[in-house]
Amino acid sequence: MNIIVCIKQVPDTTQVRIDPVTNTLIREGVQSIINPFDMYAIEEGVRLKEKYGGKTTVITMGPPQAEAALREAISMGCDEGCLISDRAFAGSDTLASGYTLAMAIRKIKDYDIILCGKQASDGDTAQVGPGIATQLDIPQVTYVKKIEDVKDNQATVERMTEEGFEIVKTSLPCLFTVVKEINEPRIPSLKGRMKAKKAEIISWKAIDLDLEEDKLGLKGSPTWVSKIFTPPPRPKGQIMEGDPEETTTQLVEALKNRLI
Amino acid sequence: MSIQIIKDKCTGCSLCIKVCPFGALTIANKKAIINFDKCTLCGACVDSCKFDAIDLKRDSSKTANIEEYKGIWVFAEQKKGAIQSVVYELLGKARELSTKLGSEVSCVLLGHDVKDKAQELIWRGADNVYVVDTPELEHYLDEPYTKAIVNLIRKYRPEIFLCGATFIGRSLISRVAVKIHTGLTADCTGLDIDEKEKFLMQTRPAFGGNIMATILSKNHRPQMATVRHKVFKESAIDKTRKGKIIEEVIPKTLLTSRTKILDIVEEITSTVNIAEADIIVSGGRGLKGPENFAMLEELAKVLGGAVGSSRAAVDAGWMPYSHQVGQTGKTVCPKLYIACGISGQIQHLVGMQSSKMILAINQDPHAPIFTVANYGIVGDVFQVVPLLTKKFKAALNR
Amino acid sequence: MDYLLTEEQVMLRDLCRQITDEKIMPIAAQLDKTEEFPWEVVKVMADSDIFGVFIEEKYGGMGGGLLELCIATEEFSRGCAGIALAFSATALGTDPIILFGNEEQKEKYLPSIASGKKLAAFAITEPAAGSDASAMQTTAKKDGDHYILNGTKHFITNGGEAETYTVVAMTSKDRGARGASVFIVEKGTPGFTFGKKEDKLGIRGSATRELIFTDCRIPKENMLGKEGQGFLIAMKTFDMSRPGIGAQALGIAQGAFEAAVKYAKERKQFGKSISSFQGIQFMLADMATQIEAARALIYASARQIDAGRTKNISKDSSMAKLFASDMAMKVTTDAVQIFGGYGYMKEYPVEKYMRDAKITQIYEGTNQIQRNIIALNLVKETAKS
Repeated sequence: MNIIVCIKQVPDTTQVRIDPVTNTLIREGVQSIINPFDMYAIEEGVRLKEKYGGKTTVITMGPPQAEAALREAISMGCDEGCLISDRAFAGSDTLASGYTLAMAIRKIKDYDIILCGKQASDGDTAQVGPGIATQLDIPQVTYVKKIEDVKDNQATVERMTEEGFEIVKTSLPCLFTVVKEINEPRIPSLKGRMKAKKAEIISWKAIDLDLEEDKLGLKGSPTWVSKIFTPPPRPKGQIMEGDPEETTTQLVEALKNRLI
Repeated sequence: MSIQIIKDKCTGCSLCIKVCPFGALTIANKKAIINFDKCTLCGACVDSCKFDAIDLKRDSSKTANIEEYKGIWVFAEQKKGAIQSVVYELLGKARELSTKLGSEVSCVLLGHDVKDKAQELIWRGADNVYVVDTPELEHYLDEPYTKAIVNLIRKYRPEIFLCGATFIGRSLISRVAVKIHTGLTADCTGLDIDEKEKFLMQTRPAFGGNIMATILSKNHRPQMATVRHKVFKESAIDKTRKGKIIEEVIPKTLLTSRTKILDIVEEITSTVNIAEADIIVSGGRGLKGPENFAMLEELAKVLGGAVGSSRAAVDAGWMPYSHQVGQTGKTVCPKLYIACGISGQIQHLVGMQSSKMILAINQDPHAPIFTVANYGIVGDVFQVVPLLTKKFKAALNR
Repeated sequence: MDYLLTEEQVMLRDLCRQITDEKIMPIAAQLDKTEEFPWEVVKVMADSDIFGVFIEEKYGGMGGGLLELCIATEEFSRGCAGIALAFSATALGTDPIILFGNEEQKEKYLPSIASGKKLAAFAITEPAAGSDASAMQTTAKKDGDHYILNGTKHFITNGGEAETYTVVAMTSKDRGARGASVFIVEKGTPGFTFGKKEDKLGIRGSATRELIFTDCRIPKENMLGKEGQGFLIAMKTFDMSRPGIGAQALGIAQGAFEAAVKYAKERKQFGKSISSFQGIQFMLADMATQIEAARALIYASARQIDAGRTKNISKDSSMAKLFASDMAMKVTTDAVQIFGGYGYMKEYPVEKYMRDAKITQIYEGTNQIQRNIIALNLVKETAKS
């Protein structure tokens, strides 16, 4: 079985802070990590390979330092890593990213299952996975919490819903986006880490992938950010005293719209 | 931009004729012919052609005939025939946007045996409801739903398309946006129309909520956005409202699916690990006894959260240690932490003070917990908590 | 301080740190209470290839040496010394095979230890033979192609949980220092049973049991080295393993110290954090210095051994063990002091570190014996010059 795992290197959002003076993001010293949801995709990719035999390739689109993310994925058991990096990709929104990744996957050619994390912790859009599937014109199942069985070119999976889950059968090749509930990512073994250190990462630039220039980067991104601002800081506490009927009504009014 | 039939490859199978929303294709001498007066370069025929016999050269940097796109559309998500409440919230917002744009608000309703729901959507604010009622669309499946919506978007060309950021919505709309080749902004917390240029301004959080971004999709239509439940206010029902219900037929070839649903399972979620909970309702010595934690459980249930405890309550045997929050218990960082009858000694604060929002309820106005609270109620926990449960229940429709 | 570790050693340290933070720390207090054996952590260590760290590659290991063993032991002990013992006591039990095993024995026993499938234990101590190992009474009588073991060992770490035991027994009572031999005995061998599990002051996440041999027949192929080499093998084993005990003590001290620093910053009295009081600052400074000194001594003695200097290392490895264990006792006691009243309560983690530290001054040669060894070696050295 040929499995492709798409991952993204992101800043550790638990470490990201706002500078209280300038009201901007402090990015210095913020560690880059593998998008937490992608860890589950990597683990599932490795488990599928261990169960069914085959190869797991991990790919990422990003700046040159994203290579570290690929090596970490290899240390968890992926066989090969592929870095898709080029200045031309800068400024890509989800549409351009999905297109670029899909073209890279086209170049890899043989794939049965593509795995992605549910969403990336920096953008939080959850769009790229389905975007890739659509570009490749393959079926997708999102919010996969369990891959039950893969047989006869079909996969049976459990898809999370608001009320519970659905059992879904789909033909391969297929793309899955996975949720935390699917597995527990392993701690990479020593052997894995050493293998990752020595691994040769395949590196592709725009020129290596048959890409239409106007679908790349900023040019190929229909959405763009017109403004960034910091959300209002936590205001000083509003402490209410008095008749419980009144105070509770006030409180519920204040909080109910926040309860997403 | 240009389109042409590659005659050598065309077999005259007429699949393209069936899917063209504008009737711009005909067959003559076993080859397809394009009527350029009717063709809008939407690309539906290209998708359907199995022989790659249609060559469409598109300028992907801009949607063609962008000025012709009009109307605000809302995807009317339904499950088992019930319209999801997020749709009413979107309709409410859509009406607001429509006054600024001078456009109509329409809904797209897909399903089986759902026609009767269309009227509800009109009462809630839709001027038009496009209904596709067919067995293939009974349960949500990515491919047929995507193709149906793409077909309708290509036909009617709305300038804005809104959808709930639900499990279904996020999966569906991502595919649609790529197929149409347009911009999509997910999980918007704010939508507005730019005064001058009339763009849709889509505001959303990023970097785990540390910053907000306003996003535009200037050159592509429709401008697509998903919005989470409970962000906007529901529109009210107005049974005097009138509107059009338009039944649409989608070619069967577009409604195939490589994915099948084998079973649908509904579950009540089992015990929540408090360290992972988004909302925690926590109790302390002020609860006076184990039986009083039941009222915290009620509140937690209404809010969809977990129950936590201070050390005092665990020591007294009222709650198990796994629920203890604090220096010697768990450190939690939920979106909302409600501290009931907890004084807020430093040993407790250390375990929860980085929560996004803290609400404290305590009899003692000098209790240290109030120093870290965003909101506080000085009062009797036994009166305040049940009232909160009742009012949240009503406010959140649970 | 930068000990100029190699990239692989840093990788190992980071991996062990991750395992400690994610898998050991969360369950340390619980296992201290229930005394359950940490099989889940053993599995994680095994899956991460840690058990192979001190075993040659050709037997399935990672080909590292004593320094690698110390790095791993130190990191795990920072989380819980008891849990760490599942690993480090296995190393002790395996050392005799590594040092004196023949090719067949190494090929038979090392791979399953390297993969973490089987744990090991070293058995020399008896009720009547602690510091005075020569007073041991367990016998191994030759009978054709076998030896028959009779006797009791006690206070054996990993006893009952390990599969592979390296046991020292008397093969001839009247030959004094040449009277003992070492045997590999597998769990499940008829005549080999386990006695009670000890209820200990500390390292309660580690299993300590009696080994009971009743006419236990062992094939002669299981003897390590030659008959009569028992005490030599034991001494050489201890020479090599003492820095490891030092590393254990070091890890315990480090864990207690980190908890103390964090607490001192959080705890406010007289309107300030107690970490701003000079009295506390001096304590912390002394603790940090002592820890670093122990680390430097342990790493140096381990490096020395790894570089091939295996003769005359008894004094140096004894110093590492002696200094680190006495240091750990002091540092953990000071840590409890810094926590004040809270330090005395089981709810806070420091009292466990103090209880765990004590054993490092006692086992694998009490610190009194260590001083003997150091002194004897000093005398020898000065006698030469």
